[in-house]
Amino acid sequence: MAKKLNFDLHKHALVPKHAKCSDAEKKKILKHYQISVYDLPYIRKSDAALAEIDVKAGDVIKISRTSPTAGEAVYYRCVINE
Amino acid sequence: MADENPEEKIAVIEEPSEELTLPKEEAGRVDMPEPSVHRKVAAIQFSVLSPQHIKKMAVVKVVTPELYDREGYPVDGGLMDTRMGVIDPGLVCRTDGKRLKDCPGYFGYIELARPVIHLKFANLIMTLLKSTCRECGRILVLQNKVTSLNADLEKIEKEEGPEARRRVLKDLIGGMKTATKCPHCKAKQIKITIDKPTTYLEAEKRINPIEIRVRLEKITDEDLILFGMNPKFIRPEWMVLTVMAIPPVTMRPSITLESGERSEDDLTHKLGDIVRINQRLFENINAGAPEIIIEDLWDLLQYHITTFFDNSVPQLPPARHRSGQPLKTITERIKSKEGRIRHNLAGKRTNFSARTVISPDPMIKLNEVGIPLVMAKKLTIPERVNVWNLPWLKKLVELGPEKYPGANYIIRPDGKKKKITDETKEASLEELQPGYTVERHVQDGDIAIFNRQPSLHRMSMMCHRLRVLPGKTFRLNPAVCHPYNADFDGDEMNLHIPQTEEARAEAEFLMEVQTQLISPRYGLSVIGCVQDAISGNYILTKSLKFSRENAVDLLLAAGITDLSRLSRKQEISGKEIFSALLPEDFNFTGHAKFKDETGSDEVIIEKGKLIKGVMDRNLLGEGSGLLLRNIHKRYGKDFTINIIGNMFRLGIETLARHGFSTAISDTDLPAEAKQKIQDVFDKANRDVTDLIASFREDTLEAFPGKTKSETLELKILEVLNKARNVTGQLVSEHASKDSHTRIMAISGARGNLINLAQMAACVGQQALRGKRIDQGYYDRTISSFRKGDLSPMARGFVAHGFKNGLTPAEFYFGSMTGRDSLMDTALRTPKSGYLYRRLANAMQDLKVEYDYTVRDSGGKIVQFLYGEDGMDVSKSEKGQLNIKRIIRTVLSE
Repeated sequence: MAKKLNFDLHKHALVPKHAKCSDAEKKKILKHYQISVYDLPYIRKSDAALAEIDVKAGDVIKISRTSPTAGEAVYYRCVINE
Repeated sequence: MADENPEEKIAVIEEPSEELTLPKEEAGRVDMPEPSVHRKVAAIQFSVLSPQHIKKMAVVKVVTPELYDREGYPVDGGLMDTRMGVIDPGLVCRTDGKRLKDCPGYFGYIELARPVIHLKFANLIMTLLKSTCRECGRILVLQNKVTSLNADLEKIEKEEGPEARRRVLKDLIGGMKTATKCPHCKAKQIKITIDKPTTYLEAEKRINPIEIRVRLEKITDEDLILFGMNPKFIRPEWMVLTVMAIPPVTMRPSITLESGERSEDDLTHKLGDIVRINQRLFENINAGAPEIIIEDLWDLLQYHITTFFDNSVPQLPPARHRSGQPLKTITERIKSKEGRIRHNLAGKRTNFSARTVISPDPMIKLNEVGIPLVMAKKLTIPERVNVWNLPWLKKLVELGPEKYPGANYIIRPDGKKKKITDETKEASLEELQPGYTVERHVQDGDIAIFNRQPSLHRMSMMCHRLRVLPGKTFRLNPAVCHPYNADFDGDEMNLHIPQTEEARAEAEFLMEVQTQLISPRYGLSVIGCVQDAISGNYILTKSLKFSRENAVDLLLAAGITDLSRLSRKQEISGKEIFSALLPEDFNFTGHAKFKDETGSDEVIIEKGKLIKGVMDRNLLGEGSGLLLRNIHKRYGKDFTINIIGNMFRLGIETLARHGFSTAISDTDLPAEAKQKIQDVFDKANRDVTDLIASFREDTLEAFPGKTKSETLELKILEVLNKARNVTGQLVSEHASKDSHTRIMAISGARGNLINLAQMAACVGQQALRGKRIDQGYYDRTISSFRKGDLSPMARGFVAHGFKNGLTPAEFYFGSMTGRDSLMDTALRTPKSGYLYRRLANAMQDLKVEYDYTVRDSGGKIVQFLYGEDGMDVSKSEKGQLNIKRIIRTVLSE
């Protein structure tokens, strides 16, 4: 497990917003793209950005980042163990 | 050091024995649906050949080093025995009854008088000897641990793959080597060392191969599994050769020289040595010769067999020809760039292609390529004969391969290819009929794919139409240099002629130059006017005026024949001439690089007439401005490619008439300007001296976070940069306004105003690693300065211009930065090339799906919306959608 950070990394300008998707949302996303969770890009459970969120493997994380081309871009990642 | 090569690898390199060890796939053949599949390979097993196996697959036992008898016929039991295949046209193989080319060749074998170590297994043998008991042959690990270790390794392999298994095994073996007592029979272990390449020593005493073989035989099957060897396929004692396979004659053919003499292959030479020494060893052993003689012969046999496998073993002198040139044996055949793998298997070569130096020809179209006549007579296109083209093709066949345009071959419907020569010409003409194919010379307008390496993007390979031209170089329009990144300082390019209708259609529709106009990188035209074409159009549209006759003459000379759009006036301005190229209903507003007296850079085209502004790099150049992009959008690719060609020729033709040259006098300055520049330098020098003085007196205020000397450096740099900029400004104000050098800089054709200032007034500060030059001697850059001199001239400030000449010190500083940037580019190019390669390889199968997601070949998502905005850049204008225009066009409909 990652060491506890002594600052709030979510306040950093380069860290995008991470949020856990509800089961309904997750279902919707997977249906929309017609994929299984494992076809999503991965994020490790130990990722520092997920430290404050209660997640388990198989959860979907919604990442909203600012994009130079599109203003805001949404990205989804699937949580994996190590 | 011992186990460098994992055993599987060695087996692959050395002796691939295919089918014999395969499980017979009877069932697979029964339910095979396609009758065309004769036999299916179910699996490939790599292993080491056993002596029994070698004998089984051999067709002959080689017993004599002789090759041919007195009649020149291969000797029975010799190295060229006809049972091992034939290489002479007249002979028949005694194994399969086939002749040269049909006979694949068969292995033979020789019985070695004494066993010999196989070089390629030397390291593996070493590992085995070290980690097994010298007495009982068991592995130097307790019995109960062997089983658990095996299970562990099995588990690791399953979870992490064979790489991890090898790694763990290596550590394990490393531990065993230090054992001093066998855990099974309690025998004391003696340290074994290797005297490279193939001699093993136990406490300084040599272990001979017979003994090694005995020890390896003692290793149990169970223990072998732990070493990663399957005892069904590999027994370690097979790594010490008792019989040796003789490769078939067909893989070592001899060449008959012009004198009728035969020259044998290197492998045959080597095998001859082996057989000869082997025979002598046999004789000596049978005659009961003293042990020393036998040992010597044995060592010699070992040497020959070792060099037979690999003649570049570092510890051994390579076996040589009589001429002193080293023999190329098995390893040399496979290895390295000229070896079988990289040269013959991975190397891709192609027919119907050509390569030569390129040179420019602005008078051919952008989508044409000029090829030399000699090439046109060698490159062919297969043309299927039918009733309609028969007379035409007959004419070509009649001209034959020497006269252009002719034909080189005819192909009969059964696929037989016949060369057209003076003798066969009559017969060929006679038999030519529909169904035949004629390989005719390429002609004007044929399709070709043109390429320049490095092929980094899709515009590096474009389809052009051929133009057969005199000369020996490829000719291309200078406007298409940019997508190829080509210039004419000796660049060479490749040309390929597609051979089928499908390939030609595909090349034409997907790759032709006009289809590649808009770059997928930034959505603007990658092709535009360059160099002279830009300065020409700038001069033309800025101020030139022509009489009607001259204007028409100019346009015609530029290859523009449609004069319907030309103004009817008697005196025609350059703008009106340029407007003659534009379509009647074209409207455009944009910005030029050039600013007029009022500071406006606006360019207005209304109803196909250039009303305001000039044409310069921002309008006509590649990758800049929307003029070309808008023309492409409205009038399509073919129109655009045409208009670019026309603009280009108009530009250079204008220039040719106007006269254009660069002169030393372009950099002349009036006396007052010179004085002003001098004043600026004097002031800067004074300022710097003051700064240095205040630094020495320690009155200089340091910037936050900087030391005092760093602050001084920054301040000096600031002063000098300012001085340089001011001189640049002075030069651009005072230099002749219509000098050609200036026109080039202003229109964007070549160079910029800084270059002009560098020539006229001041080159400026030379910098190394972002600092003023400070390296060289202790406390000074060159020994002609005092130590600790921080003045501008002592630290690389070049106060003179190129025209007036530099002082020796200045020149030296210039060479320092010159060398630095040379080294930098030389080191950076391969690095960035490799980085690009890795990126391209990592992304090569990614694809935008219909739902705009980017996915890899396995369907995994990489991006949820292509580029995060789902935009196809090549359909955009500089990466943006012009919404205003879209609304306007929709409303006007």
